Amino acid sequence: MAETALTNPGESPARAAGWQGIAADWSSDQRAFKNVSWGKAMMWIFLLSDTFIFSCFLLSYMTARMSTTVPWPNPSEVFALNIGGRHIPLILIAIMTFILISSSGTMAMAVNFGYRRDRVRTAILMLVTAAFGATFVGMQAFEWTKLIMEGVRPWENPWGAAQFGSCFFMITGFHGTHVTIGVIFLIAIARKVWRGDFDVERRGFFTSRKGHYEIVEITGLYWHFVDLVWVFIFAFFYLW
Amino acid sequence: MTNLAVHLEAQQPLLQTHVHEAIATGAAHVKGQQHPIKLYLVVWGWLFVLSTCSYLVDYFGLHGYLRWSLILLFMVLKAGLIVAVFMHMAWERLALAYAILLPPVLVLVFVAIMVFESEYTHLIRVLFFAAPT
Repeated sequence: MAETALTNPGESPARAAGWQGIAADWSSDQRAFKNVSWGKAMMWIFLLSDTFIFSCFLLSYMTARMSTTVPWPNPSEVFALNIGGRHIPLILIAIMTFILISSSGTMAMAVNFGYRRDRVRTAILMLVTAAFGATFVGMQAFEWTKLIMEGVRPWENPWGAAQFGSCFFMITGFHGTHVTIGVIFLIAIARKVWRGDFDVERRGFFTSRKGHYEIVEITGLYWHFVDLVWVFIFAFFYLW
Repeated sequence: MTNLAVHLEAQQPLLQTHVHEAIATGAAHVKGQQHPIKLYLVVWGWLFVLSTCSYLVDYFGLHGYLRWSLILLFMVLKAGLIVAVFMHMAWERLALAYAILLPPVLVLVFVAIMVFESEYTHLIRVLFFAAPT
């Protein structure tokens, strides 16, 4: 960080002419987020781009639902379950929400223990987070199976507007993929933490760079984002 | 190139002070984000409460503007807690916070455009294709 040249306003430093100058201006020592590491900044920028992807999915769902003249299926009924002889609306989705929130809580604590260099607790909390995530994906697989058995297809369903199926499979499928990737990411980093890679500054197999405990926070950013997207899907797709 | 080097050397003392200032102000962040565990547990608890509230909106079958405003309220509160505390945005530099948080707000313009568009499509469908519902 110390060797980074901070831009001095009011003065224009000498640059080479033409394309060389343009390349130099864009590549050398220009740093907007002063004390934020490149890893964290790039994860945030990736999450921003992912935000736009999910925004487009939810927007197309909104457009389909607002413009159809056929009644939209009632999610409260579609996702109801019979538990112990009682008919409870939307219960599966509620349980999935609580599981994902719990995983976010354990992840936040893993980040905290990571910065305290508590290797074992960090790894255990990350694995607990991954287990919650895997449970979530499992319940989503159950939900998909149930709906497909009941005749929901991307082009039709027994209850109303045909677009319901395509919106449902697209949005929850993309979110489930993100959770799955997150679980793999968590397990990979938890293994490195457990082995003590960040204490002995062992070089990475792929990058040949020394790792730091900050990677736990970066993994956490991705995981919290997955939870964040679910907050919006829960509100707009399941509750609306 | 030699000219450039001379120019940079002249700037060195100034640069040094800048760097020192930057280190001094960033001192709190040197060891990463350090916050008491209790903070995370409190936020976790609130997320549970808010999720329960939004589930109860559906359970009691509230309808109309009350339902929609409650859903949006609980959604915004949950999202705010996750981004601010769990993702540590509350303690990040303002330059990063604005760079990440402002662009998604502009999606609302897109939402407005698509609301007009879908109402127009709906009108055309009602007029020419289907019986109104």
